[in-house]
Amino acid sequence: MLAEYLPLAVLAAIAVAFVGLSLAVSSRLGPSRPNPAKRAAYESGIIPDPATDVRGSRFPVKFYIVAMLFIIFDVEAVFLYPWAVTLRDLGWYGFGVMAVFIILLLESYYYVLRKGGLEWD
Amino acid sequence: MDLVDVAITFAVALGAFALWLVGTALLIWGERRVIALMQTRVGPNRLGPFGLLQTVADGAKLFFKEDIAPRNIDRFVYLGAPFVSATVALVTFAVIPYGGTFQVSGREVTLQVWDPNIGMLWILAMSSLGVYGIFLAGWSSGSKYPLLGGVRSSAQLISYELAMGLSLAAVFIYAGTLQASQIVANQQIPLFELGPIAVPAWHVVPMLPAFVIFFLTSVAETQRPPFDLPEAEGELVAGFHTEYSGAKFAMFFLAEFMNVITFSAVMVTLFFGGPSGPLFGPGWLQALLPTVYFIAKVGIFLFVFIWLRGTLPRMRYDRLMDLGWKVLLPLGLFWVLATGFAVVLRTSTDQGTVLRIAGVGAGVALLLYLAAPLLARRPRRDTQPEPEPEPKFPTPSR
Repeated sequence: MLAEYLPLAVLAAIAVAFVGLSLAVSSRLGPSRPNPAKRAAYESGIIPDPATDVRGSRFPVKFYIVAMLFIIFDVEAVFLYPWAVTLRDLGWYGFGVMAVFIILLLESYYYVLRKGGLEWD
Repeated sequence: MDLVDVAITFAVALGAFALWLVGTALLIWGERRVIALMQTRVGPNRLGPFGLLQTVADGAKLFFKEDIAPRNIDRFVYLGAPFVSATVALVTFAVIPYGGTFQVSGREVTLQVWDPNIGMLWILAMSSLGVYGIFLAGWSSGSKYPLLGGVRSSAQLISYELAMGLSLAAVFIYAGTLQASQIVANQQIPLFELGPIAVPAWHVVPMLPAFVIFFLTSVAETQRPPFDLPEAEGELVAGFHTEYSGAKFAMFFLAEFMNVITFSAVMVTLFFGGPSGPLFGPGWLQALLPTVYFIAKVGIFLFVFIWLRGTLPRMRYDRLMDLGWKVLLPLGLFWVLATGFAVVLRTSTDQGTVLRIAGVGAGVALLLYLAAPLLARRPRRDTQPEPEPEPKFPTPSR
């Protein structure tokens, strides 16, 4: 059972070893002569204000809407895959059920579209 | 499972790894050469024949560079992001068959690292994980450009992932399986015979809309021009990897170009028959030819990726989101439904019913066509073109 995953484990081990070695070796090979200017965040020459932490700053709300809509449709896609593989056995019933599901989602998609939820000013 | 099997597994995995790594190095060189030719320049031609070793030299140089990181990074995540990006890119191609099956000392060897029954789902899963590398890199750098670039890239990637998933779902319905080897085998059945040449039933013919969607989304997912918004250097310097240098930057670069190869390979596997092709000649040639076909097919797509970069200007961000959400997503959903309908119609309905359904459909379509003029809204007669408003500021007289 687990032997099925051996090829993947081998490839993953090669990948991890390659990336890990590259990062580790290069951190030894390169010189290290830091100075304050080098260690400052790059802002096209403007000296960054040390008081502001970028990570707490605000985002346009559009990105949150995109993320939420993504989850809705991605869950739909997840439902689609098992259905896609077994559709030949499910026949018309399976097709009908999924058609209703997709059309319901399309309807809410249309609502979001008309509400302007997908406009990117 | 004995030692020989394990050795074969190692060899096949190492073979795929080497193929993809060498391919990436060649792609970076090839891109610079082809772009240069398109812009009537020469491109890198100094190191090795035709400058082939340029990528090796650049990679080696990056390893000896000073590793500069800003003061206020989140150290653990900052180190983890390139690691995640590169590792994910290096395991994505595990399910892609890159050659044929042949005998080595009485054992069957298939040039495919891993062939699980969830097959192509692995590609989708890994390409979703790739978003983490980008977003974490942007977030952990503690700098404005990477943060904006990271958020922007993640929004782009997840938007196009939807359409990509839907286009793949249509292919899965048509093929009836997720397993890569099965999908390739399905496409080897001749569609029709043209004299001595059998035209293979490649999925690109019946699944053309799915292929178009998948191609566009894979350009967006790999962040290649014209969808390379994450690296809009005029606005974001270098996007999410602005604060990375040395080998860490090299890892992002490697991941990006390796993903281009992987997505080209996925297109070849799903739509263009994978490593299949006419086999002839002695045994060793028959074992080698599928890999040659695979590399040739992938090479064509790689050239198209470079061609796009040489030809098209970068898209505006709102246009990009519009294309993903308003065109590709509904088109993908529609195509999934249409494919499902066609497949069920073919498998669980007899000929007579198909004809009756087709007849009823044609009748309804004809009726609608005839009734359409009656249903159409009459244009209002009282509308007149609005007069141009008098300008409120002085204008030069003509």
